[in-house]
Amino acid sequence: MSITVFAILRIRNLYAVVMLASIYSLMAAAIFVILDAVDVAFTEAAVGAGISTVLALGTIALTTDREKKPSRTKILPLIVVCLTGAALIYGTLDLAHYGDPNAPAQQHVGPDYLRDAPVKTGIPNVVTSVLASYRGYDTLGEVTVIFTAGVGVILLLGNWRHIGRRREDEDA
Amino acid sequence: MAAVGLYNYWIVVFLMMAGFYIVIAHDNLVKKIVGLNVFQASVFVLYITFGKVQGGTAPIIAEGITTYSNPLPHVLILTAIVVGVATTALGLALVIRINEAYGTIEEDEIHIQDGES
Repeated sequence: MSITVFAILRIRNLYAVVMLASIYSLMAAAIFVILDAVDVAFTEAAVGAGISTVLALGTIALTTDREKKPSRTKILPLIVVCLTGAALIYGTLDLAHYGDPNAPAQQHVGPDYLRDAPVKTGIPNVVTSVLASYRGYDTLGEVTVIFTAGVGVILLLGNWRHIGRRREDEDA
Repeated sequence: MAAVGLYNYWIVVFLMMAGFYIVIAHDNLVKKIVGLNVFQASVFVLYITFGKVQGGTAPIIAEGITTYSNPLPHVLILTAIVVGVATTALGLALVIRINEAYGTIEEDEIHIQDGES
């Protein structure tokens, strides 16, 4: 995964960058399977590796697939990134270790859901029951977000066609 | 043992910072959005790592299994992935519009054109 990200950093052909991002997403999905999150892996493979790639490919088809050579040196961003990374690494030192069953996150409401959800909702998959039954309103809000994004995209791109046509009229 | 227990977090931090660097250091707008996606995916991996329990299985209740991973981070990230693709779509639509208006998707060239007008 790190190698892929490094390649994304260096390569200037945007087509290759988008494909590498897709591979990155797919590897993230594989990691989710290893970490027991099968539902998340499904979604990441379909949405992250699939739809995002199609959208990005459509964009570079409508614009350009070459990235220009960087004009200025990138020392300041590098310093900012290194400082932020160091702060985050320092922050991880206090975190619970990987897979620790006594971590605070494993002690609070998680076990309650695992015990009650199958009985109360009748769905053996706890992720589904929490998503659809306990937090159904959140899913409704998520649908609203997607609807808003869809309307935004239609407004942005639908308008663009009119402008293009107007320009053609002026040229003619 | 500390290094083994925290290894996953360090990988996440590296990926996150790589995505962050792409966002702030590159002028190409499509590449910025790809960087944003890289950042996003690394945050997802971080959350799913929190949910993992040693020796646990996927949180689908079945007979004979007593240890499950925490389902709540999974639910959270499912929502986050879908919202993430919505923002990506909106960002890419904006890139197309910017390309139509300025004829370029390089940020510095856009700044130069804005300075002239």
